[in-house]
Amino acid sequence: MFDSLAEKLQATLADVRGRGTLTEADVNAAMREIRLALLEADVNFKVVKSFTNAVKERALGADVIGKLNPGQQVVKIVSDQLTELMGGAARDLTFSPRPPTVVVMAGLQGSGKTTATAKLARYLKEQHGSSVAVAACDVYRPAAVDQLIKVGAQAGATVYEQGTDQDPVKIAAWARDRAQSEGKDVLIVDTSGRLHVDQELMAELANIKKAVKPHDVLLVVDAMTGQDAVNVAEQFAEVVQFDGVVMTKLDGDARGGAALSVKAITGKPILFASTGEKLDQFERFHPDRMAQRILGMGDVMTLIEKAETAYDQDQAAELERKLRKQEFGLDDFLEQMRQVRRLGPLQSLIGMIPGMGKELRGVKVDEREFDRIQAIILSMTPQERRHPELIKGSRRLRIAQGSGTNVQAVKALIKQFEQMRKVMRQVAQGRMPDLGALMRQAR
Amino acid sequence: MFRRLRENLRKTRQALTSEIQATLFEDLSDETWERLEEALIYADVGAATTAQVVGQLEQEATSGSISGGQALTERLTELLAEIARTGDDRIDLTPEPTIILVAGVNGTGKTTTVGKLAWHLSKELGQTVVVGAADTFRAAGVEQLEVWAQRAGAGFVKGPPDADPGSVAYDTIAAARRDGADVVIIDTAGRLHTQDDLMAELAKVKRVISKQIPDAPHETLLTVDATTGQNGLRQARLFSEAVPVSGLVLTKLDGTAKGGIALAIAKELGIPVKLIGIGEQLEDLRPFDSTDFARALVTE
Repeated sequence: MFDSLAEKLQATLADVRGRGTLTEADVNAAMREIRLALLEADVNFKVVKSFTNAVKERALGADVIGKLNPGQQVVKIVSDQLTELMGGAARDLTFSPRPPTVVVMAGLQGSGKTTATAKLARYLKEQHGSSVAVAACDVYRPAAVDQLIKVGAQAGATVYEQGTDQDPVKIAAWARDRAQSEGKDVLIVDTSGRLHVDQELMAELANIKKAVKPHDVLLVVDAMTGQDAVNVAEQFAEVVQFDGVVMTKLDGDARGGAALSVKAITGKPILFASTGEKLDQFERFHPDRMAQRILGMGDVMTLIEKAETAYDQDQAAELERKLRKQEFGLDDFLEQMRQVRRLGPLQSLIGMIPGMGKELRGVKVDEREFDRIQAIILSMTPQERRHPELIKGSRRLRIAQGSGTNVQAVKALIKQFEQMRKVMRQVAQGRMPDLGALMRQAR
Repeated sequence: MFRRLRENLRKTRQALTSEIQATLFEDLSDETWERLEEALIYADVGAATTAQVVGQLEQEATSGSISGGQALTERLTELLAEIARTGDDRIDLTPEPTIILVAGVNGTGKTTTVGKLAWHLSKELGQTVVVGAADTFRAAGVEQLEVWAQRAGAGFVKGPPDADPGSVAYDTIAAARRDGADVVIIDTAGRLHTQDDLMAELAKVKRVISKQIPDAPHETLLTVDATTGQNGLRQARLFSEAVPVSGLVLTKLDGTAKGGIALAIAKELGIPVKLIGIGEQLEDLRPFDSTDFARALVTE
């Protein structure tokens, strides 16, 4: 996410950083690079102009020129300005004191509304413990209702649908009444994709809004959108005065300049980011963190939050006990591996670690390697898992055959495990490396 | 080149687009070229291609080889159309059966394109068409295509839920050969070009097809959403690495987006646009016209 933009800004500013003082020519050169990078990142050209002008003005101010390390200050100015542009602190949905809280999803065709609807339902269920219903109001796209029935159920939401013959405005109103009578906390209304220039469908959207009186209207925007994002956002803002934005497809390599543009032009905050095809790949959008990330400073906060939701406190305590008593076996190792994988694809985790973005660019994580390790461990008896030192010739052969791997793979895994166990023992005995220092180094 | 993009925050888009039509070239100054650059950037043409086109036009204008607003506007359209015109922009239907594979990023309009294409081929050209639902991933992707196939009067082949897309492609071609169909269109699941495993899966679908008919797929179309920005170039490049993309379908041109990224793709990768999508109805799929496209890029 935004990797290339971060790289470009870093390269430009590294150049500035190397010098003692900043001349106006330096600032101009840096601004030119930033301008190009932002245009390449699909930030709207009007936004690019105001952004670079603002940065330039601040960079040329007296508090930079003549200071000991002006380069670092330019980085800070760009970062501050970017944070400002992205919208300050994160914002949440508006929850109604009298349920159901109603949310309407709107957007262009193919921006990912139906998927985002299900993801939001799952998110609210998991994070807020809400009982959620989703309403299928996309009666135009073939099989859109079927899709919502499937993904809605996967998300653990009740799906309200009346097929495709009803008027979407009526379905929405009916769903709202039903959500109220069934005591749902949240109702999310999925609408059909529509072009911002389609007057008839835009009027329909306005009528849906009137019928359900939503607490939030969310505009779903594809992160790959180009300059046109501004047009789309302006038109939707005019007709339905949406309250916030969901950015989708942020797991691709699009630099997502649309996020900057939409925020800057409409002033509406981006509330959520959708980062994959799985229903749990959905998170709150943190503008301040995102600005740090654009500048290549990593996204440690998101990583920590992910870890917190995936890890079970009791399990962690049990693990600590085992480590102390030196009872850590392959079973525990497998459990650890599963927990890490629950955080999401390793590839996307790596992107969140400060300093890793660039260094690990070419590195592909082979997720199947984990499947092989899992297969090997599962082919062992419980006793073998606790005492891998028992595994010799014939056991090794049996495990290799059972897991569909070979003897070398089994041998290698056990060897790695023994080494790991040694390190863990040291850690448990109090020789803990200073994690804070490690982090600072990575930065 | 972007020294010209420097100031002029005040200018609105409305002013920009209305001016570009008639009076842009009346008075040649830095501001003329700056405004032209902005118009092309605004159409998602991208910095590199914009620099090339504007640079050449400016050079021709200052050297005096072209003068006058009318001539410059025509030359601009010509320059843009020339870039858009690359490779073979027709779809050859002589192979029996002709195999067309359709791929693209999620939400770019693959399934809709397959439906419209099937309708055109069967209703307007009288071809017998079979469509294969190799999008076995998206919930209800198969159902969506089935509705389109019925509307188009095309044969329809699907696999069991979560079937291997390659096996669906195989079954579709086998069915088409058995029934003597003229054209086979294979719809695939949307995938981000950055997902290596899914790109490998797409390459496998292609291999399965080539095993049955050595020179197939005869046409591999990549759907690109006209609202896509500079990432479209990455999409086209990475999809081309997985399968031999022979043409683009530029979808959703009925909005305000100009689809200028197709120009960058044509220039950088030599992949032509073959079809454009301009609406949700069956007949809203048209052949690509480079001159019309070029004209639309710089006017409202």
